[in-house]
Order: sequence, then C-alpha cells, then structure tokens
Amino acid sequence: MNGKTATPEIKSIKDFMVFIRGELKPKGKILTPFNVISAPVMLLGVILIAYRMVKGLSSITNLSQEFPWGVWIGFDVMTGVAFAGGAYVLTFVVYILRSEKYHSIIRATVLNGFLAYVFYAGALVVDLGRPWHIFNPIIGNKFGLSSVLFLVAWHFLLYMIAEFIEISPALAEWLGWKMIRRILRALTLGAVIFGITLSTLHQSGLGALFMMARGKIHPLWYTQFIPILFFISSIFAGLSLVIFEGTISHRVFSDQLDHEYHTKYNDILVGLAKGCACTMLAYFFLKVLIFMHGQHWPYIHTPWGYWYLVEVIGLVLIPCFLFLRGAIDRNLTVIRVAAVLTMVGIIINRLNYTIIAFKWYVPLPVHYVPHWMEIETTLAIIFAEIWVFRWIINRMPIMRHPPEWAIEQEEQIVR
Amino acid sequence: MDRRRFLKTLGAGILGTAGTTLTASRLKAEGVVGGKEFVGVLVDTTRCIGCRSCEEACAEAHDLPVPDISDESVFEKRRDTSVTQWTVVNRYETKKGEVFVKRQCMHCSQPGCVAACLVKAMKKRKQGPVTWDENCMGCRYCMVSCPFDIPKFEYNSWNPRIQKCNLCWERLKQGEQPACVEACPQEALVFGTRRELVEEAKRRIYQRPEKYVHHIYGEYEVGGTEWLYLSAVPFEQIGFRTDLGTIAYPEYSTGFLYAVPIVLILWPMFLMGVSYITKREEEIGREGETR
Repeated sequence: MNGKTATPEIKSIKDFMVFIRGELKPKGKILTPFNVISAPVMLLGVILIAYRMVKGLSSITNLSQEFPWGVWIGFDVMTGVAFAGGAYVLTFVVYILRSEKYHSIIRATVLNGFLAYVFYAGALVVDLGRPWHIFNPIIGNKFGLSSVLFLVAWHFLLYMIAEFIEISPALAEWLGWKMIRRILRALTLGAVIFGITLSTLHQSGLGALFMMARGKIHPLWYTQFIPILFFISSIFAGLSLVIFEGTISHRVFSDQLDHEYHTKYNDILVGLAKGCACTMLAYFFLKVLIFMHGQHWPYIHTPWGYWYLVEVIGLVLIPCFLFLRGAIDRNLTVIRVAAVLTMVGIIINRLNYTIIAFKWYVPLPVHYVPHWMEIETTLAIIFAEIWVFRWIINRMPIMRHPPEWAIEQEEQIVR
Repeated sequence: MDRRRFLKTLGAGILGTAGTTLTASRLKAEGVVGGKEFVGVLVDTTRCIGCRSCEEACAEAHDLPVPDISDESVFEKRRDTSVTQWTVVNRYETKKGEVFVKRQCMHCSQPGCVAACLVKAMKKRKQGPVTWDENCMGCRYCMVSCPFDIPKFEYNSWNPRIQKCNLCWERLKQGEQPACVEACPQEALVFGTRRELVEEAKRRIYQRPEKYVHHIYGEYEVGGTEWLYLSAVPFEQIGFRTDLGTIAYPEYSTGFLYAVPIVLILWPMFLMGVSYITKREEEIGREGETR
C-alpha cells in the first residue's frame, strides 16, 4: 500500500489553494493507451456538443418526429441509471442489514453510482431541446404534478444529493476536515434510507415513463408491470456492474489495496453472484407470469418473438444459471462472464423499450438508427466519467484505507 | 436508533412525500370540463373533396408557409403533419372510391401529452384546445405519450418549439371559429360543443345508415377526443388506428403515481425498522464479546 496520503493541514484559504493545485496535477504516466484513445474522443465530443447547441438536435442526431427519443435517452439515461443501481442495493446491505463483508467496496460503488447520475443523467442536458429550462420543474415554473417525468426529475435531483452525502466523508477525509466529516458521517443513515426509497421510485419511474407509450411498444414488452420489471432488473444490473467494474479497477488500482483485501474480494464476488442469481430468477418468473397472463403465445413464432427469447432466455436465464454455477464452484471467471452477459441483456432490454421494439410496426428504413455522432458523444461522456472516477480514486480514500483519525472517529460513532 | 436520528430520517421522508402526494388527486382534473363544455369539430369524410382549403387557411392563420393547394401531386404520398403544417389532407383509395381525410391534433379530452408534461407547457384549455407554452424544456415526452403522434418538434432549431394544431385557440378566445372550419367550402367540418357534435354525428348515421359505418371516431377512443370523424368505410382503411382502446391515456400512469406516496411512506419506515433490528443485534453481539 504505497498510496498512503498524509492528511493535509489546511488552516487558511491559501493552504487550501496550494493543496488543490497540487492535487489537480496528474499522477502517474500521461501517455497510457487509455488516455491516448479517450482524450481525442472526449475532445471531439465537446466539439459535437457545442455544434449541436448552435444548430439544433438534427445536426448530430437521427432523431425524428416518429422517434423523439434515441440512444441518449435509451442508453445514457435508461441503461446508465440501471447500472447505477448497485449503489442503493449495496448501501441497503451494508448500512441497513449491516453486513460488514461488503464494506470495503461500498465507497467505490456509491462513487460510481453518483458519477453515473451526474454524467449519464447529466447527458440529458444535451438531449433536451431547451436545456436552459431544465430548472423549471424544480424552481416551480409550473409543476407538472401529473407527470411521471416530473417525479423522475425530482427524484434524480434528490438522489444525487443523497448519494453525495453518502460519499462525502471520503471528501472530508481527503481534505482533512475532521469536524465536517463527523457531521457528514452522522447524516449517512438518513441519506441511505432516503436514497433507497428514491431509487425504488425512480428506477421504476423510468419504466413508468413508457406506460403512455401503449400501442407503440411491442406487446411482448408492453405490460402494466413495466415499473416493477425496471426496478427488479436494476438490482442485478447494478450488481453486475459492480462485479464488472470491480474486476477492472482491482487491476488498475491494485497498488491501493492490501493483501487481505484481495483474499476477501473473492468472497464478495461470490456473494454478489448469489444476489444476482436470486433477483434474476425472480425477474425471470415475473416475465413468465406476464407472458402467460398476457396470452402472448401467438407472438412467439415471429421475429419479435425470437428477439424476445434471446433477451429472456439468452440474457437473463442463462447468466442467472452461470451466476449460480459460479457461486457454487467459486469460479470467478464464470461469474465475470455472467456479469458481462447480464449487462448486455440490460442494455438490450432498455433499448427495446426506447428504440428497438418502440414503433416496431414502422418499416426498417424509416426506423431510428443512431447517428455515429450520437454514439461518439455517448462514448465521450463515458470516458469523461472514467477520468473523473480515476482522478478521485487516486486522491481520496475510496479503495484504500481511510486516514487513522477517520478510523478512530468511526469507532466512536459505532459505539 | 436514537430519537434525533429517527426524526431526521422521518423528516427526509416527509420532505420527499410532500412533492408527490398531490400528484394523484390533480391528475384527472386536468382533462375534465372546467365549468364549460369542450368545443370541437366534426369531420364528415364523406363530404370532403380534398380541396385543401383548410390547409391553406390554417397556414395563413398561424403565419406558416402557405402550401400551393392546386398541386394535386401531394396526394401521391401519405403525408404527416409537420412543424410547418399543422394539418394535412390525405387521399385513400377504398371500395367506396376516393376518400379524403384531414389530419391534425385530435385534442383529446384527457390528453396524454398534458399528463406527460413536467412543466405544464402542454395545457388543456377550458374550451377544449390543447396548446403549447414557451416554458417547455424540449424533453419530447409529449411526443412519446401522444397516441396519435401529433406533437412535432423543431429539430433544426437551437431554440426549438413543439408545433401542432391548437384548435385556433387565439381565434376561439375572440369568439371566432377555427380557420379550417371557416374555410371549408363543403361543410365537411362542423364546429360546435362536443355534445352537439356527437348528436349531429349520430343523427347523420341514423338518417343514412347505408352511407356511414356505425361508428364515430373520437367519441370513445382514448377517452374521447374533441375532433370527431364520420366515415363511409371502416376507419382502419382511412389511416386511423383502431387499436387504441377507450381508456384515457393519463389513466395508464395513475397506478404508478398512486403507488408513489405509499412507497415514500412505507419504505423509510421499513428500512428504519430493519436498521433498528440489525443495530440492536450488533450491540448485543458486542456486549457478548466483552463479557
């Protein structure tokens, strides 16, 4: 563990500026393969977004009157938020159920969730036609109380605040603010309870947005249970991302972790795999129930039916089985494969609602296919998120141990 | 959990609830007649000759580019309304010959777009028109929620608006009829209160049952629309969706909206309860260790 940071002594604004300036400098090599690829993508993304702000949405998107929502909503918001679900699931396990086992990954997961909201949901600003009105539903320039989107907007905002509070002790430890850390830490349980409640509502709320798209979404996907399906799938979507992201960041940031941590980590992965398998099984049975209850047999022998089976069997049932096998055999490779399959399944599921099975009756040439520039900006946003994530991990005690004084404080709080 | 923490958590829960409890009760009021009866237009497609005077009048009334109505080639293709054309007339070949059908916003009695809008930019006016306001965010949820795909968005503009038929809201306020109704030389369009129009439509069907299909499109579709249509042929043959059902679109999201306050109250209670139990166990466990 060479990443032990000395807690800075900040007594004046000048000290603070010196400290921040030092921290802003890059740590480690600059010309890494990741940087060489991501930097130009991000630069191009900035140019494209600026261009879009001047010329309108049609300048870089394939959105149309038939297809008002494209990948920016379908992937960035719908999928990104589902993947951020790991934060509320793990805060429930650690702070409510008080399972110590997952304590070591909680900060990285919450940070990931927080950044996913800031960046992916934030990408919504680019998608809005009149983004300078984004504050209207918040400041009270007419409250559309009957709108599901109004709820989602509010819950997004409040949840971001809750997640920020959850992650803020790390910020205080980085800055060496002992008093402030104590206060922030005292808010954690409230923020967690509030955050889980909000997550339940807006994860399902994102699904509820499509309730009024009845008649536009293929009957195999449209059901009155969309909100519940979205909520349950966000659990294993989030956990799969934790497995996937953890695997990568443990390689990249391995110098921050001690040996004990690495051995424990295998147990954590097995536990997460069990969690995924259980929720996926529940999800699968709900899917079957909806299928039977909706009498969807006639649709199954159509191309849409096959596509539906790919999603439900290939990308839910099979990874569910793999998670179970991997957990029983303690085979981490199988668990990781299952996590990737699950994530692909979630991407396809969310895109089915927003793009693929949306207006399924429209002939393919007229159907929306994302413009390469839409995908480019999405990539740029993902890279930007990774940059910020890396910047924070390298400076704040997210994966490494907190400073001594914080551990002492923690023990006082627990007692 | 001590009392202070309990209150803190509870406070947070109530704060969240306050924003949402109103939701459910306000929902229906949006579409229901506010003291006045909704006005609308009855379109008798058997009378329309495809002269497109309505298109021209609409464009003139709203400062949109005026189409050349002598150009009949437009009927070759099926046209949709657009940001610069709030109404279009399409031609359909049917067993009973050519049928011309005017298309525009249906002005639903309980519109999906209005329920969808999070800043009330989409409004159902007391007289019946569904209009658009400048405080719109451009999220296009109204477009996703409209069963008839009517709201059109200015994708080419840095400051885009939703463009669609507003039932000549500005003319209605001055006691005038919609421009298209006034311009129609065939009286294929009739303006009036919705109740009068339904009665008139039924009268026509009963008097000439051989001429019309026994259905008024818009009477019950999606909970009723202010524009009503009569036809000589089944409606699916002249470009109407007949699979939309009779439930008003906002109803589809009420289930979720009603669940929101319940979750906001029950979930924090449940979580606090579980937290209390696990905390106690932890304390007991620790005491056991030290003894």
